[in-house]
Amino acid sequence: MELNDLYRDVILDHNRNPRNFGPLQNADAQAEGFNPLCGDRLTLRLKLDGDTIADVRFEGDGCAISTASASLMTEAVKGKTRAEALDVFERVHRLLTADDASGADLGKLAALSGVREYPARVKCASLCWHTLTKALSPADGAGAAVSTE
Amino acid sequence: MNRSAAASNAPRFDVATVRRDFPVLERRVRGLPLAYLDNGASAQRPLAVIEAVDDYERRHHANVHRGVHTLSQEATALYEGARDRVVEFLNARSRAEIVFVRGTTEAVNLVAQSWARPRLSAGDEVLITHLEHHANIVPWQMVCEQTGARLVVAPIDERGEVHAEAVEALMGPRVRLFACAHVSNALGTVLPVERLVASARARGITTLLDGAQAVPHLPVDVRALGCDFYAFSGHKLFAPTGIGVLYGREALLESMPPWQGGGDMILRVSFAGTTYNELPYKFEAGTPNISGAIGLGAAIDYLSGLDLGGAHAHEDALLAHASHALEGIPGLRIVGSASRKASLVSFVVQGVHPHDLGTVLDEVGVAIRTGHHCAMPVMEFFRLPATARASFAFYNTFEEIDRLAAGVQRARQLFG
Ligand SMILES: Cc1ncc(COP(=O)(O)O)c(C=O)c1O
Repeated sequence: MELNDLYRDVILDHNRNPRNFGPLQNADAQAEGFNPLCGDRLTLRLKLDGDTIADVRFEGDGCAISTASASLMTEAVKGKTRAEALDVFERVHRLLTADDASGADLGKLAALSGVREYPARVKCASLCWHTLTKALSPADGAGAAVSTE
Repeated sequence: MNRSAAASNAPRFDVATVRRDFPVLERRVRGLPLAYLDNGASAQRPLAVIEAVDDYERRHHANVHRGVHTLSQEATALYEGARDRVVEFLNARSRAEIVFVRGTTEAVNLVAQSWARPRLSAGDEVLITHLEHHANIVPWQMVCEQTGARLVVAPIDERGEVHAEAVEALMGPRVRLFACAHVSNALGTVLPVERLVASARARGITTLLDGAQAVPHLPVDVRALGCDFYAFSGHKLFAPTGIGVLYGREALLESMPPWQGGGDMILRVSFAGTTYNELPYKFEAGTPNISGAIGLGAAIDYLSGLDLGGAHAHEDALLAHASHALEGIPGLRIVGSASRKASLVSFVVQGVHPHDLGTVLDEVGVAIRTGHHCAMPVMEFFRLPATARASFAFYNTFEEIDRLAAGVQRARQLFG
């Protein structure tokens, strides 16, 4: 059944119990993501230790794909440097869009591979990643956050 | 009226027969028969419309209003014939009152720019309601920005109802225009437009009704309504996309400047000055959507051959069936419970995001709309990011609604 390929157990689990969900005090950077098509909204907050993502949490309201993707992302990038995190994004992006990407090197994130059969849902899965890129780019994220937090 | 005359000798309404008129309803989606419950976004075309457009494309295409050759005359006759169908359909007074546009959105923008913009000044007010589609909000915001006028929004209640008294209380001396939906696309509410238009008129306020969701479900008589402008889209009325109608009272249209310049809208052009064409051509600059208009005319003809009373009764029964079937599902909440509703149901299911619901339903061949329905203020009012919306046409069946309900149950199990 194809639906079970999209909504794998890992996805359903992270949707029901999103990890790293909630506010983050004294964040060094934050960014908002919004998908006007479906109303998905999320706020991502980071704590940086030099170049390393020391902590990351998210809040918001979204569909199962977007919530699970954000939850999986926070697990995957915690402890990584900016460059490493962006490299994971590259690979997730390929997983979501390229037929030949297996996701074998992506661990739990590979559960998102079913999404590429549902083009209308790719944006849901990538929203959090675009938000992360924004939070990590000094102009939009860390810089802006300094003035608002 | 023409339509009731046609209806009286039409066969009694029979869903199975009517469904055969719509080729797409034979489609299968993901291996299952398509249950198309997204008619509020766009309705499907009957064969009569497809064939009318096809015949025009194959045999009669030429530009309109500008050739003496046979095809141009045929195309003009077909295009203007479609306008005559619309005159009858809305019970307008004359062809001068029927302007072909791209759709409801363009119709509202035309009125905003050509009627409102030259007339409004700082301190004037445009009154709308809280349940409008963005197409009946943003053009007014734009014209308010341009003129310094103020947009005033009449409230809705928790049932999605618009109370005439609440709107009337806002019809102050500075209100120049009142614009509202005839039927809400997000909630299904049928607004008390007869009374609202009468109240506005009594105060000298010009009125526009957004009929995008009304024309597929209700008989519309612009003279009985007494509104100044009425807008609708062909594609929600079983006609092609890219064609729609602005009805305007002749005296008003006459008093308005054209909103686009070009060919067809002029009588005479010289560099010293230009004389505009007569109505409605003054508002139809450039080569129009000829095939779309012909498709719209064919859709209206098709509808007039149906037992429309029977069709509307069937839609009411579909609404009742859907409301009942969905209400029985634990955790499901119907959004919008106005006393008069067109046949659509907006709802949310606890623990299941509308977007996921849409995907699960598609998997079982059921097409619905999920999202904010281009009515973000409505979503905000109900504090929801989105809803799922099943919207019915007379060709839908009880069985399709049962499949919708079963699909919702399936989604609850999956995400529960
Ligand atoms: C109530 C209402 N008004 C306006 C519109 C805009 O119609 P169109 O996109 O055809 O211009 C719609 C269509 O979604 C609608 O439902």
